[in-house]
Amino acid sequence: MIVPSLLRRRRPRAAAALATALALGAPLGAQPSAPPPDPVAELRAEIAQLRAEYAAQLAALEARLAALEAAPPGPEAPTAPPAPAPAASAQTSSYFNPAISLIGNFFAVAGDNENESRPIAELSEVELGFQAVIDPYAKGDIFVAFGEEGAEVEEGYVTFTALPAQFLARVGRVLATFGKTNSQHMHYLPWADKPLPLVSLLGGEEGWRGDGLSVSRIFPIGETFSELTVEAFRGDAEGLFEAADRNDLAYNSHLKLFRDLSEAANLELGLSWGTGPNGSTPDARTDLAGLDLTWRWKPLRTAHYRGFTLRGELLQSDRETPDGDQRALGWFASAEARLARRWWAFGRLESSERADDASLRDEGFALGLTFDPSEFSRLRAEYRQRRYAEDVTADELLMQLQFILGAHGAHPF
Amino acid sequence: MRSAPRISLLIALALGLPAASSAKLQVVSTLQDFAALAQAVGGDRVETFALAKGYQDPHFVDAKPSFVLRLSRADLLVVAGLELEIGYLPPLIDQSRNQRIHPGNPGYLDASAGCEILQRPTTPITRAMGDVHPYGNPHYWTDPENGRTIARSIAARLSELDPAGAADFARNLAEFERRLDLKLAEWRAKLAPFAGTKVVTYHDSWPNLAKRFDLDVIGYIEPKPGIPPSPSHTLEIINLIRREKVPVVLIEPYFDSRTPDHIAQQTGAKVVTLYPSVGGRPEIGDYLALFDYDVSALAAALASQK
Repeated sequence: MIVPSLLRRRRPRAAAALATALALGAPLGAQPSAPPPDPVAELRAEIAQLRAEYAAQLAALEARLAALEAAPPGPEAPTAPPAPAPAASAQTSSYFNPAISLIGNFFAVAGDNENESRPIAELSEVELGFQAVIDPYAKGDIFVAFGEEGAEVEEGYVTFTALPAQFLARVGRVLATFGKTNSQHMHYLPWADKPLPLVSLLGGEEGWRGDGLSVSRIFPIGETFSELTVEAFRGDAEGLFEAADRNDLAYNSHLKLFRDLSEAANLELGLSWGTGPNGSTPDARTDLAGLDLTWRWKPLRTAHYRGFTLRGELLQSDRETPDGDQRALGWFASAEARLARRWWAFGRLESSERADDASLRDEGFALGLTFDPSEFSRLRAEYRQRRYAEDVTADELLMQLQFILGAHGAHPF
Repeated sequence: MRSAPRISLLIALALGLPAASSAKLQVVSTLQDFAALAQAVGGDRVETFALAKGYQDPHFVDAKPSFVLRLSRADLLVVAGLELEIGYLPPLIDQSRNQRIHPGNPGYLDASAGCEILQRPTTPITRAMGDVHPYGNPHYWTDPENGRTIARSIAARLSELDPAGAADFARNLAEFERRLDLKLAEWRAKLAPFAGTKVVTYHDSWPNLAKRFDLDVIGYIEPKPGIPPSPSHTLEIINLIRREKVPVVLIEPYFDSRTPDHIAQQTGAKVVTLYPSVGGRPEIGDYLALFDYDVSALAAALASQK
């Protein structure tokens, strides 16, 4: 880099001097015999000076070269490989469209049930999901459910992912983080229906949904994951809460503890507590308490073929009424096993008192088989027996077909 | 005014914030291969953790809360991209409460950038084709030349996140590439006698490896990606192996070997378990050891079938 520029700078002068010397016919090596000041002598002096300069510069360059060679082999700072050209530009107008998914849930029922009248066949729900990142600070999720009673927003919330101090907030309509099952959408449940205690004590088949704010934070205890969620919702929730005044709010809190027992097994424990106005008198409230426990075993190498989950929830509803408190208790326990790549079996036991009359207790069990033709469709058969407090027993066979169109989002854990 | 820092410190302590990030850069990757490359390049300036184990199907990983903890402390997240992790990673990133590792920030590195990605669909795709990947085959790290690209990407990103370590990362990268060049020559030499050999694989996990070492994948035990073997398709594969004299059937460690074993029994082909990722076996401790193992296993099986 330096040498060529030097040569470029010096060469014309040196060449000119040489040419002059040659033109004057002076032998370069000859010694002048007389001292008179003549052009030849001047040229000689200049040439000598040039030689000296060159020698000095060459020496300096050689020294620098040697220094460079002696230095450790410090390659240039790593640079990232070039990224490939962006994908086809034909899509640019729709580039920022949300991921859209449609999940269909079709039911057929055999048998009789006087207490719960499902039609014999029903496209019970089509869930339309839109999910996208809103901006660097937030993400949006909207799920619209179309059913026999029309369309409604099942969930619709913004998740603020860039809050300070490791807070995560959701604002909008959310399924309350009460227990484990309530916050899961229908197609992620391992059964064809919701467990009895959730239906009886937590707002029916739709579950506890709230419009408001949900804030959570992780408080790790060593390697144990521990997350506290606090939620404040408006005081109305279908089948659960009813507010006489809009300042009457419903609250929920959930503590989730999770620990890996081994590479394959893990344990999750949740404690929930919620409260809200129940509308029976202007001041009457319903307090909810819950305990959920999930143990999973999934050997990583053979996870396609084997797996086992035990889960259960215990719920209590304490409902103030003008005629006194109704304290109702309910529980379910379920075991699910993966039998083969596409086959699962499950069994569930359940029992629950009724929220508005704790003296009435319903019980039941369910046994079922699930077959997934692929990741995007599912067939399920569930034999269910429910023994209602009115001394009515209902035996039913629920058959379910679920299918996914479009984006297949991640599975919640 | 003077008490303000003290108060903010108290608040920070009360909230359990990490007082100061530990000296080492925390690198979390989805695959153990990327963790191994990050370790090779980062040396003792980084600490690595991989979410998926080397013997686990990288498409199906549980989004466990314990991973949320790991991600909440990460300085750099290295992912395979191409939607390989779509089934579990997005909710983990959302719940990590760690803005550094969100896509678009320097702490998020998509390792596929600059790599040779095969099977990018050129015609419209539907799920009738099975679980196809619209962005191309995501098993690209099974080509050691792509491993070189990934190592360079990681070195560049580490230098950005930890400028003081740039010289170390450059030196480690140069050393890694020097060893990779030597190994590549060794692997090529081992597999050279079998150039052009036709093979059948379980899942379509090996197009990059096959291209690099000149193998010809002519069939899959899965009828379509993600669909388990069916009797009729298995029969087709048996006929194909007989007709084309296929010497080996390659399977990933996480698939049931009953169908491949049956095919082998019917055809005389040999079943070889190839490990797609570092950590698949205890002796596969780093990225070069991965190919040491796979190339040796393949060469031995092919030699025995000659």
